[in-house]
Amino acid sequence: MSAVAKTLDVKGLNCPLPIVKTAQAIKELAAGDLLEILATDPGAVPDFNAWTKSTGNELVEQSEEAGVYRFVVKKKG
Amino acid sequence: MDDSQGTLSLVLFSGTDDKLSSASILTAGAAALGRKVNLFLQYWALENFQKDRIAKDHGVSKDAEPEGASLMRLMREQGSTQHWADTFRQAKEIGDVHLYACALSMEMFGITKDDLDPLIDGVWGVASFMLEADGPVVFI
Repeated sequence: MSAVAKTLDVKGLNCPLPIVKTAQAIKELAAGDLLEILATDPGAVPDFNAWTKSTGNELVEQSEEAGVYRFVVKKKG
Repeated sequence: MDDSQGTLSLVLFSGTDDKLSSASILTAGAAALGRKVNLFLQYWALENFQKDRIAKDHGVSKDAEPEGASLMRLMREQGSTQHWADTFRQAKEIGDVHLYACALSMEMFGITKDDLDPLIDGVWGVASFMLEADGPVVFI
C-alpha cells in the first residue's frame, strides 16, 4: 500500500459537504494518488460507495473507529 | 466527465431557505457524482438570488413553521450546515452546474441581469430549459 498523498478532515460536517469537499480535494491530486477522508456523518458511508461507483475513483479502504469513519480513495487514472 | 446518468433538471420556484437548501444539496450531490445540473429559477426563488437579498434570512416554508426556522438557524450556528448559496457555489466549482433565470419572472419582478448574484449564468426562456432537459424535471 502506497502512502496517503493527502488527508481530508470533514469531521462534524453533514451531507453533502463530505462528498463535495472530497470532489474538490481529489482534483488537486494526480492519478493513482491516495486520498484519506475522516468523517463523522453516517450518511458518508453509503455516499462514498455511491460516489466512487459513479466517478470511477476506487474506494480502497473503509473503516470505523469511535464514531469516525475513515475512507481511502484512489484517484482514477 | 461521466454523463451516463443524464442531466438533472431542477426548477426552483420557492424562495424559502429550507427549500433552497434542499435544492443546493441535491445539486451538489449530483455534481459530485459527475452529473450535469441545470437549474431554472422562477418567482420567489429568483427574487432571492438578487445580490442584495441572497445573504438575508428567507424563512422556511409554511409546512415547517414555527419550529423549522429556529431549527435551521440552530443548525447553521452549530456549523454543521452552511448557507445554500455557498453550497451552490461549491457545486459549480466541482461540476457542470448552470443556473438560469426565467425571463418571464425577471420581467414580472422588474429584475435585471445586473441585479442577480454571479451564481446565475444567464437568462433563459422555458423552451431553452426544456430543450436541455433530457429527462424528468424536478420542481422545488
